[in-house]
Amino acid sequence: MGGLARFLDSDFLYSFKRSPVALISAIVLAICVGAAVLAPILAPYNPFDLASLSLMDSFHPPAFESEGDASHLIGTDDQGRDMLSAIMYGTRISIFVGLLAIGFALTVGITVGLVAGYMGGAVDAVLMRIADVQLTFPAILIALLVDGILRAALPREFHSKMEIWVLIFAIGIARWPQFARTVRGSTLVERGREYVMAAQVIGLSSRRIMISHILPNVLGPVLVIATLNLGLAILDEATLSFLGVGLAPTEPSLGTLIRIGNNFLFSGEWWITIFPGLTLAAMVLSINLLGDWLRDALNPRLR
Amino acid sequence: MADIVLQAEGVTRDFEVSRPLLQRMLSGEARRTLRAVDDVSFSIEKGTTLSLVGESGCGKSTIARLAVGLYRPSSGEIRFEGQPLSAARAQAALRRRMNMIFQDPYASLNPRWRVRDIVAEPIRAFGLLSSAKDIADRVGQLLTQVGLAAADGEKYPHEFSGGQRQRISIARALSSEPDFLVCDEPTSALDVSVQAQILNLMRDLQQQFGLTYLFISHNLAVVRHMSDRLGVMYLGRIVELGAGETLFRAARHPYMRLLLEAIPDLAMVGRTRTPVGGEVPSPIAPPPGCTFHPRCPLANERCRVEKPLHAVVDGVAVACHAVAEGRA
Repeated sequence: MGGLARFLDSDFLYSFKRSPVALISAIVLAICVGAAVLAPILAPYNPFDLASLSLMDSFHPPAFESEGDASHLIGTDDQGRDMLSAIMYGTRISIFVGLLAIGFALTVGITVGLVAGYMGGAVDAVLMRIADVQLTFPAILIALLVDGILRAALPREFHSKMEIWVLIFAIGIARWPQFARTVRGSTLVERGREYVMAAQVIGLSSRRIMISHILPNVLGPVLVIATLNLGLAILDEATLSFLGVGLAPTEPSLGTLIRIGNNFLFSGEWWITIFPGLTLAAMVLSINLLGDWLRDALNPRLR
Repeated sequence: MADIVLQAEGVTRDFEVSRPLLQRMLSGEARRTLRAVDDVSFSIEKGTTLSLVGESGCGKSTIARLAVGLYRPSSGEIRFEGQPLSAARAQAALRRRMNMIFQDPYASLNPRWRVRDIVAEPIRAFGLLSSAKDIADRVGQLLTQVGLAAADGEKYPHEFSGGQRQRISIARALSSEPDFLVCDEPTSALDVSVQAQILNLMRDLQQQFGLTYLFISHNLAVVRHMSDRLGVMYLGRIVELGAGETLFRAARHPYMRLLLEAIPDLAMVGRTRTPVGGEVPSPIAPPPGCTFHPRCPLANERCRVEKPLHAVVDGVAVACHAVAEGRA
C-alpha cells in the first residue's frame, strides 16, 4: 500500500472528516495562509510601494459604508494604503515570523530536551533549572527583554534589515523551555526501553542513539505543542509590534496594523484596527482548535 | 580446560537510591545504596550455557547488563576472552562478538523502524557489509534462520506477535555474528507454547554457531532445558553454582531445595508441602549473616551473624553453613 493510499485510509483522516470544528478551522486557516502566500498575486495593491500611496486616498471607509469606495473593499488607512492588501501582506509577515520563531524554539527545545533526558545527572539538572527559571517569567516578557538587548547591541544601520530576525530570535528564545520539558519527559521514558539498550550494547554513540532511536519516538507530542505554540508565537509578534518594539509601519505585520489603527479607533475610523484584529483572531483561533484536535486525534486513549 | 569466554571475579554492583541532594540536605539523611549484585564469581566456557536463576529483584538482570558492559562493576572484574571487559568493549572487533537478547519483545524493538533496519543495525554499526544489496540479502538470510520470511523485513514491529518479535530480536543479536549472547529472560514475556519454540530455536542456533550463552531466567523448567551449568541467586549472591543436572538431582543449598520442592509434581499428589515462608528481604537493608536465614528452615545462630563462603564439594559451590557443617 502506498503512502498516500494509507493516509487516505487512516483513522487520522477519518477523525478529521468527522470533526466539524477541525474542518472549519482548517478551511479558515487555509484561506489565511493562501491569501498570505499568494499576496503578491492576489492583493489589489502593493502596500510596500510607497510611491503608489497617496494621502488623498487616506481614511476611505469600507465599500459597504455609505461613503465607501468600491476600489478599496475594506477601506484605507491613514497613509492611504488599501487595508485588504495591507492585511494580506501583514498576515504573510505574521505567519513567516511565527513559523520561523517556532522552528527555532523547536530546534533549541528538542536538542536541550534530548541531551538533558538522555545524559541525566548534572547536565540534566543544570539545563532544566535554566528552563524552569525561564518558565517563571511570561514568554512575552522574555521576548521583550531579548529584543531590547539585541536592539541595543546591534549597530543602528542594521536595525531595519535585522529587526525581523531579532523578532524571530526573541520569540523563539522565549518559547523553547516548553518544548525542552516535553522532550525531556518523553526521552526519560524512551531511554529506559530495551531498544535503546540494544543500541548501547553494540556500542553506538550517544549522539546517534539520540538522533536515530529516541528522536522519532518523542516527536509526536512535541509537534502537537508546536502547533498550539504557533498561534501563541503569532500573538507574541502581534503584541511586540503593538507595543512598538516589533516591525516598523513601513512593512506592517498584523500587530503593527492594529497598533496604527488603534490611534484612530475613537475618531471613528474603526476599520483600520478591527479588520486586522479579526484576521489575527480568526487565524490564531483556528490554529489552536486544529492543535486541540490534533492532540486528541493522536492520543489513542481519547478515541 | 576449555576456553573461558566470560569470567566474573568478585563482582559487586551498587546503585544509589538516595533521595535528591536538596531533600537529603534538608532532612540530614545519609546517602543510601542498594547492593544489587554482591561478590559474584562465575565463568562460562565456550559453547556452553550458564544459567542464573532466582526470584525477582535478586540481581539477575543486573548481572546480564554487567556482562555486556551496560553497567560497570562497583568492584571486582569481568573479563571477556581474557581481557578486561571495558578494554574489550573499546575494540569494535571484540565488541561485535557479544550481543544481547532482551526480556520484553514489545520494548526491545524500536517501533518506528522497519524490521529490516532493526536487524541490519549491528551490520551497519560494525561495517560488516557495505553494499545495500549484500545487507538486504544477509537480513533476509537471518530472518529465514530464525523462522521468519525474508519479506517480513518490510514490516514494522507492531505487525508481529510476541514470539515473532522475539525471533526478530534474536536475528538482530545474530547479525553481528557474535560468539557470546546474554539472554535476559528471553521467554518470560511469551506464552508457554511459544516459549518452547523460542528455546528450541536458541538451542539449535547454539549448536549451529557454537554460541556461548549467559541465560537469565526465573523459570526452573526453562533453565533445566537450557543449562550446562546453573547458578542459583538470592538477594544479589550466587548461593549455589554447579552443573545443571547435578543441581536438579541433588541440590544442597536449602534455598534451591525449597525451590525444587515448590515445583508441582503429578507423581506426588497429596503430599504435604513445606511452603517457603516469608518475603525476600529488601536489598537496601539486607539481613546480617546469611541473607537467607530469615526464611531458612536450617538457620541457627551462626547463620544470623556470619556470612557463609562458597565451599566446593563435587564440583558444586555452595554458600551455606548448614551444608558445610553437615546439618543439611
